[in-house]
Formats: sequence, C-alpha cells, structure tokens
Amino acid sequence: MQTKILDKEVRSDATKNPVDMNYKLRAQHVDAFYGDFQALKDISLDIKANSVTAFIGPSGCGKSTFLRLLNRMNDYIDGFRMEGAILLDDEDIYDPSVKVEELRKAVGMVFQKPNPFPKSIFENVAYGLKIQGIRDKAFIEERVVESLKQATLFDEVKDDLNKPALALSGGQQQRLCIARVLAVKPSVLLMDEPTSALDPISTDKIEDLIYTLKNNYTIAIVTHNMQQASRISDYTAFMYMGRLIEYDKTKKIFTNPGKDQTQNYITGRFG
Amino acid sequence: MAEQKNPTPMSHLDIELGLLNDDILEMMHLVKTQIEKGRDAFMNFDEELAHEITVNERRVDALELKIDRDCENILALFNPVAIDLRFVIASFKINSDLERLGDHADGIAKYILDFGRPIDEEVIKKMRIDEMYDVSLQMLTNVLEAFASEDTQLARKVFKQDKTLNEINREVSKNTASLIEKDADNIRLYLYLFSIVRKLERVGDLVKNTAEEIIFYIEARVLKHKKDKYKNGRNNNS
Repeated sequence: MQTKILDKEVRSDATKNPVDMNYKLRAQHVDAFYGDFQALKDISLDIKANSVTAFIGPSGCGKSTFLRLLNRMNDYIDGFRMEGAILLDDEDIYDPSVKVEELRKAVGMVFQKPNPFPKSIFENVAYGLKIQGIRDKAFIEERVVESLKQATLFDEVKDDLNKPALALSGGQQQRLCIARVLAVKPSVLLMDEPTSALDPISTDKIEDLIYTLKNNYTIAIVTHNMQQASRISDYTAFMYMGRLIEYDKTKKIFTNPGKDQTQNYITGRFG
Repeated sequence: MAEQKNPTPMSHLDIELGLLNDDILEMMHLVKTQIEKGRDAFMNFDEELAHEITVNERRVDALELKIDRDCENILALFNPVAIDLRFVIASFKINSDLERLGDHADGIAKYILDFGRPIDEEVIKKMRIDEMYDVSLQMLTNVLEAFASEDTQLARKVFKQDKTLNEINREVSKNTASLIEKDADNIRLYLYLFSIVRKLERVGDLVKNTAEEIIFYIEARVLKHKKDKYKNGRNNNS
C-alpha cells in the first residue's frame, strides 16, 4: 500500500522491505539534531502493529529522542530539527498538513514520572475528551469508566472518582495517566520509562497492563531495565551513540544477538 | 567464555561464571579419570581399583549437586542473557551428562567386582571392548579440551568417533551369540561383556551430547536431533 504523499520514500525502501499493512509506524533514514549535535543517525525501522517494541541502550544513545519523534514531542525544542520520514499508517506525520493535536490523539504518550493534573480522578481521564469539545456527559462517563477499566485501575478507584488524583499512589497515578491517554482512543502508545519511578508491585501491574493492551494498541517503550524489555516486548531495538545497532525479535536479542555490541551491552560488559 | 576476550574488569557475574567453568572442568576430569580407572580395572582385573571407582562415584554425585545449585543461583540472582545464559544452560545439561557418565563407570566397576575373575585378553579383543575404551577416552579428552579452549571444531570431532562405538555396538549381539555358540560354558562372561559394551556405547552418546552443548553455547546452534551433516557447521540452524 502506498500513499500519494509518500510515494517516493516508500518506493525507495520497497525493494528490500516491502510495505506491509502490519507496520504501524515506519522510520525512514531519520537524522535528528539538537543544534550542531546529531542525536540520531540514519535510523530506519518499522514497528509492527499490535506489538510491543522496546528501545534499549545506554543514556544518551538517542532512544528517548526517537520515541519523542513519533508524536512530534521534539517540535518545540529550540534548535531541534529532523530529516528523513516517519510514517504512521503510511502517512508522513511531519507533513505540513498534519495537525499535531490530531497526531497526538492517535499517538499517546506516557512519561517516566506520573503527571496527573491537580484535578479529580474523573476529570483527569475526561480531560482529553473535554478539550476535544465533547459535552455529552453520559458518553464521557462511559469512556472514563472504560478507560479506567482498560488501565486496570477502575476497581481500585470506582468509589473515589471525585477524589483528587494526586492522592493516589505513584503506581495508581501512572495507571491513571495511561487511562487518560486511552480515553481519547489512540492506536499507538509511547512509553518513556513508565515504571522507573515505581515500586516492583506497581511495575508488575504496569507490565501486565502493557501485555494486555498490545492486543489493541501498538506500543513503543523506552526502558533502562533490560529484564523489563525482555519480559514485555516482542521486538527490541538496541541503540548506541545515535545509531540503531540491532533490531530484532526480543527472543533473538536476548538469547543470541547478532552483533557483539548488543551482546556486550545486554550482558552488562559495557554501557 | 566471553569475559576472557573482554578487557573490562571482571563483574560479579563474570566471577560466578568463571567458577562454574572451573567446576565443569573438574567434573570432566573426575569422570574421565573414573572411565580410565574402569578400563585399567577391567583389563587388569584390579578389584581394588574397581572398588575405588565405586567410592569415587560419591564425589561425582556431590559435585553434580554443587554445580546444579550454582547454575540455579546464577539464573536466579544474575539473570544472565545471550552467551552467558547459553553457558549456564549448557553447563546445567553437561553436568547431568557427566554425572550419568560417572554412573556408567560405576556400573562397569560393579560388573568387574560381580564377575570376580580376570578376563582373557583375546575375548576382550574379539568383543572390541579395548577399542571402545580407547575411543571413549579420546572422545572425553576432546570434549574436555574443547570446553577448556572453546574450540567447537575439536568438539565436532567426537561425532565421527561416536560412530565407531555405535558400529561396535550394532555388531555386539551377533558377536556375543557367536562366541556363546562356540563356548557355551562361559555364557555368564559373555553376558557381562555384552552389558559393558552397551554401557560404553551410552558413554559415547553422553560425550556426544556434551559436545553438542559446547557448540550450542559458543555458536548458538542447536545440533540435537540433527543429522550429522548439519553438525559440521555447513548449515546455520541457530
């Protein structure tokens, strides 16, 4: 499948990697710069739909920069620029015609530290719907409950929906943030170290949640925890100094990586 | 192991893997010595030596338990991946193979003690048991050196050597029957020898398994249940 806008880019790669309907996101020869510093160097990688793709690598390798490119979070950073193309469902998300707010509805993001608004639990989840101009209370309530259930938080908060979100534990706040993202019905979830601030039990819950969510969403996650990457992801990308060193099935990466650099990193011998 | 090629300081995991490596080598030496003593006790009817084998079997068992425990600890505490993980998995299986090799050495020692008298060298040659011992011990030397030096080509040598043992084993029923027909007074002797041949054939299989595990951990190739042509490294079936 090829799109009008992207004929050129898609065709240029088609010889070795034919367009596949199952690829949700495709990065093509992506370079990224913060001023003079080149943070990403010629990254090309396809992310499969309904799968979990983990990005691992030492600090500063560019994995978060790459993740943030996928919903244009870097747009407003001074001196930032990118080259190459990123396609979501074969549409270039950096095309001038793309509305960033629409893109972010489709590609939601969860951050390292839970960041609920200082509002009630209900208002937090309803927020995205309300800024879209939706006023139908019954619809909003239904969606809030559905999202909280999907984020496996509903049972814990169903009697306290009007209580402040900031009163929740860190793990609950993170699931609330996931519910907030899910409420606007994205198709892609980006997670930037979503459990690094959480205790092991909360981490387990988020990991279980990720496992369930991948049936309906495409998930890309940056993590410093390699056991987490191996537990939850289907595919793993290892990045180093702005380059994509190896990208393969997670089972392959963690049992028999193709590159020495990957092996040295995952076995803890460098990085 | 991989850490030997890496200039960075040894991590805690590297130290544990190094100790496991040493224990596997010790187990290989111990088991090889058991088989060697078995050959000497058998060829020279040395009852004292046969008895020593049965006593040393306890050392083999104890070392097996220690290695099992070490593998379990490394898996639980260090979550090894990639070549480290393959090394621990391979060590765990090699450990089990070596313990069974020890059992066969012990079993043969018990046959020697049960039979209770010297065996004519001529008969041993006819049953080709001396040859089986030579081949088995050479195979064990090869896997020991292959493990110590991470030499998968040397490990591959045992696949061919094992064929000799299999061939002798295939002939053993016919040979034994013919010897019994000619010398019916010594049926008991021939049955003991027949059983020893069977055990030495199993020794070859276990050494072969060990070689496969060495190749698995170094090359990430699974050779188990593959036809021999795949064992020569022509096809990458990892």
